[in-house]
Amino acid sequence: MVEFKLRNDPKATPRSGKASGATFEVILNAEPETRNPEPGTRNSELGTMRLLETQNLVTNFYTYEGVVNALNRVSLVVDHGTTFGLVGESGCGKSVFVLSIMRIVQSPGKIEDGKVLVFFNDDAGATGVDLLRQSEAYMQRIRGDRISMVFQEPNAALNPIMTIGDQVAESFLFHQQKELCKTVLAELDAPDCQIIRPLKTLQRAFYGMAAQHPDATALKLCDRVPVLRRWRRPMKRHALRRAVNIIGKLGIPNPEEVVSQYPHNLSGGMKQRIVIAIALACSPVLLIADEATSNLDVTIQAQILNLLKRLKQTEIASILLITHDLGVVAETCDRVGVMYAGNLCEVADVGDLFHHPRHPYTRALLEAVPRLAQEGELKSIEGSVPNLVDPPPGCRFHPRCPHAMELCRKRFPDQVEVGPNHTVSCYLYTDRPRPEA
Amino acid sequence: MQKLLELQQLKKHYPILGGIFRHQVASVKAVDGIDLDIFRGECLGLVGESGCGKTTTGKAIVRLHAPTAGQILYRPERGESGDAIDLAALRKNELKKKGVRGRLQMVFQDPTTSLNPRMLVKHIIAEPIREQKRLTSRELEDEVLNLLSLVGLTKDHMLRYPHEFSGGQRQRIAVARAIATHPEFLVLDEPTSALDVSVQAQILNLLKQLQDKLGLTYLFVTHHLLVVKYISQRLAVMYLGKIVEIAKTSDLFATPFHPYSYALLSGIPVPDIDHKPRRIVLTGDVPSPVTPPAACRFHTRCPFAIDVCRRVEPVLEAVRPGHRAACHRKFEVEKLVREKFGTR
Amino acid sequence: MTATHPRLREFRYTLLRIFRNPSAIIGFSLLFFFAAVAAFAPQIAPPKYAHNPYMMPHKGFSPVPKPPSDTNVFGTTSGQYDIFYGAVWGTRTAFKIGLFVVAIAGMVGVSLGAVAGYYGGIIDEILMRITDVIWAIPTLVLAMAIVVAFGRGLEKIMIALALVQWRWYVRVIRSEILTLRDHDFVHAAKIMGVSDWKIILRHILPNAIYPVLIMASMDMGSMVITAAFMSFIGLGAPKGYADWGQMVALARNYIVGPIDDPFKFWYTIVIPGGCIILFVLSWNLIGDALRDAFDPKLRRR
Repeated sequence: MVEFKLRNDPKATPRSGKASGATFEVILNAEPETRNPEPGTRNSELGTMRLLETQNLVTNFYTYEGVVNALNRVSLVVDHGTTFGLVGESGCGKSVFVLSIMRIVQSPGKIEDGKVLVFFNDDAGATGVDLLRQSEAYMQRIRGDRISMVFQEPNAALNPIMTIGDQVAESFLFHQQKELCKTVLAELDAPDCQIIRPLKTLQRAFYGMAAQHPDATALKLCDRVPVLRRWRRPMKRHALRRAVNIIGKLGIPNPEEVVSQYPHNLSGGMKQRIVIAIALACSPVLLIADEATSNLDVTIQAQILNLLKRLKQTEIASILLITHDLGVVAETCDRVGVMYAGNLCEVADVGDLFHHPRHPYTRALLEAVPRLAQEGELKSIEGSVPNLVDPPPGCRFHPRCPHAMELCRKRFPDQVEVGPNHTVSCYLYTDRPRPEA
Repeated sequence: MQKLLELQQLKKHYPILGGIFRHQVASVKAVDGIDLDIFRGECLGLVGESGCGKTTTGKAIVRLHAPTAGQILYRPERGESGDAIDLAALRKNELKKKGVRGRLQMVFQDPTTSLNPRMLVKHIIAEPIREQKRLTSRELEDEVLNLLSLVGLTKDHMLRYPHEFSGGQRQRIAVARAIATHPEFLVLDEPTSALDVSVQAQILNLLKQLQDKLGLTYLFVTHHLLVVKYISQRLAVMYLGKIVEIAKTSDLFATPFHPYSYALLSGIPVPDIDHKPRRIVLTGDVPSPVTPPAACRFHTRCPFAIDVCRRVEPVLEAVRPGHRAACHRKFEVEKLVREKFGTR
Repeated sequence: MTATHPRLREFRYTLLRIFRNPSAIIGFSLLFFFAAVAAFAPQIAPPKYAHNPYMMPHKGFSPVPKPPSDTNVFGTTSGQYDIFYGAVWGTRTAFKIGLFVVAIAGMVGVSLGAVAGYYGGIIDEILMRITDVIWAIPTLVLAMAIVVAFGRGLEKIMIALALVQWRWYVRVIRSEILTLRDHDFVHAAKIMGVSDWKIILRHILPNAIYPVLIMASMDMGSMVITAAFMSFIGLGAPKGYADWGQMVALARNYIVGPIDDPFKFWYTIVIPGGCIILFVLSWNLIGDALRDAFDPKLRRR
């Protein structure tokens, strides 16, 4: 069980001295939280088991052609223990959304406004940590450890000159140094330890200090000196062992052999599993998968989706899945959000979305997708995705919408609840009473 | 129905060079002996995963490369005696002489790289016409405008560069270029894989329209099964360079007879919330096409492989009229699937 | 939108991209200046010998250079050659050298590289091995050998440079073509039945030519430097020829003046040397700006 490392870390002060600083203390002084709530449970009442909440997130890209408004006040909630699917076509901003959450948006992109609140505890009363106000050092600790990400192209995600074992172990070595030191200490204390007494005391002291103060300058100095650098070796051994463990959990045969292989020895599906292994190495609370299966063949995709479903039971409960494939969404997700041109159009439970789509774009999308039992022609959507440098005013879908009204050109519609856990941003549904049951 | 193309034991092996003096040490058996008939006016879907040889088959038919062995018999409609021309046997310059080049065309997957970024749309579409015959510039322009209107574009789009268009529009330009010489046969190599869902629907509808209007025959190569179900009448499934099953699309989706077809069909993520797939998840990865498994190529991953599968290669035989499968246990597969994986 | 022809629009956009870079502005200004000087050389510095304007006029034969004065605006070098005249007509020489070598090397290199890259296989092997042999030849040694065999002269140097400089272009264009060859639009052209050389001319070269343009612009400068070096060591232009390198060669003994005034004869080195530096600088800046404009990763599209 990993403690929240920020307790004694002077570098983890939030950038502004706002209330979020105070909330830090509340969370830090709480009991070490359970890693994940029971997988599969879900509280239908909004607001109690939130994991991730964004409020009015705005991200702009400053290009030569002008300012591209990639995210236009996107607000959504991901709960603990659910799989949230974010669907949309290319250019809708779903990838920019997750990059903004993780704060890895590259220039010329800039996150302008909004909040990204993460609730690591599933405590009812906790106020979340605003990721946008934290320091970069804090984010580095979060990334890979509490929130991790899997990208689309496994070839690009793996370093071709490092072995698989090294790459998976890297995550442990960076984030879980204390645990590894403790494991080494435990090994030293074991009765069958072969090291001579004085060396053992020295090592015990050394690793004890490393376990207490992982960022001490003495350790950093040791890293520079050639011979003393070897202090990391026992930790690396343990990290590799854990890497074998996690790779085995992902259904890869012969993990001991795989750890010494290089990425080019593996096939596409295996590579994607390794990327998922790296992501899950430190048992994160949220896994973000950005089109993780789009480049894979059908049978391999089936394997990976099965794997994700299995992992939901055991390893990780909350997944944020980005995709353009509605079939994947129908199969794996509990809740779905539909994005168009930087706006969030509709959020609903997956059954609700497929059976009762409300937003005209969602409806059009569902009619344009070929189905297993397809009757008649696919209905395509007229027009094309707008240029985000100069988007249509108001609701960005109104030029292509069959139900467009005057009001749609004026202002972007607010999110309206049209059913239990079902919100839409469309003027067709404002002023409508909540449907009964 | 009349056969337009007949592939007989078509093989395409790519040599792997190595060793001293770079002689051939092995070969990638991309297509390893397939027999396929394509009838006039139909859309035949060719599905399979990456590395199965479907794109290579398409490219072999339009003679983008020369096949290693086998025959491609082409029966053109107009003119000549009605005898079949063996495309595989012709040399490249003969192809143009016999006028074959204009009749078999191809639409590629990625609209960004399939159009020359330094050429105007007008010249891109006019190029195949100029190769075939000499026209005055006025006639050429009229012809180009005609083609543009067929694919849903207008005169404004003529004098622009490809990068000024969206993906769907670029694909339309590619289609216009492909039909410029009034071909009889089009190979469509994953034409919608690089496009968004809504644009995909536009392009698929356009292709259907053109097929009716111009009487085209399509070979639709893809890995996306739901798309191919929408547009094709017959469907062939390829695995590691061989055709494992071929049937009418509706028949294949209703009752596949090959375990690989079962796995493929059950693996599709269906955008339908009530669909509860009984998924047949295959273990392992696709074997390398350099050393395909002996006898039945699928036996290494097949959940129902028995001894004969490892010794004798199954032949593509009929199980029902118009439905052929290459499996030793084809008649039992349905029962086996039900036993092992439950009902679908 | 069709009011302006698309090629014009593209051209304007490219110009915009190039001139966004301040180094481009400096480079092009310098180049413009040198081009103007070269074009109006007969007006700026009227030739003394009508049959050979490249011979610098000299009043007398004294080896000691004279400082700038009313008659000689930049002074004279050893042998009383007028530096101003040499600097002005040297611009023409520099352009001649650069354009000749780059044009020949470019054409030969691009043709061979295009054929090697497009066809591949045995043709590629043969052409690349021939190019490898050329790579083994050191430029300067070849130039010296030619001078020894055929006598000195600027033309001989230019020929020597052109004989080896094409090897760079072969490599550059071949690597570009290897990527372009597999693009679908080339396949589409093949399926249409377009002949190979038309594919190379119409489809491949217009897309592959950018690195060659960048290299050519840089080469203009470096060829002038190499030729200047040749002249300095006595292999290039004859004494008295209006060539910047030759002028530096004339001042060889006067680089450092007498003990009490080491910079006495600064004008003999600084002026022709400065011309070389500025000329090469202008081409390098242009090449840099072109590279920034044409780099596909930095390009907007």
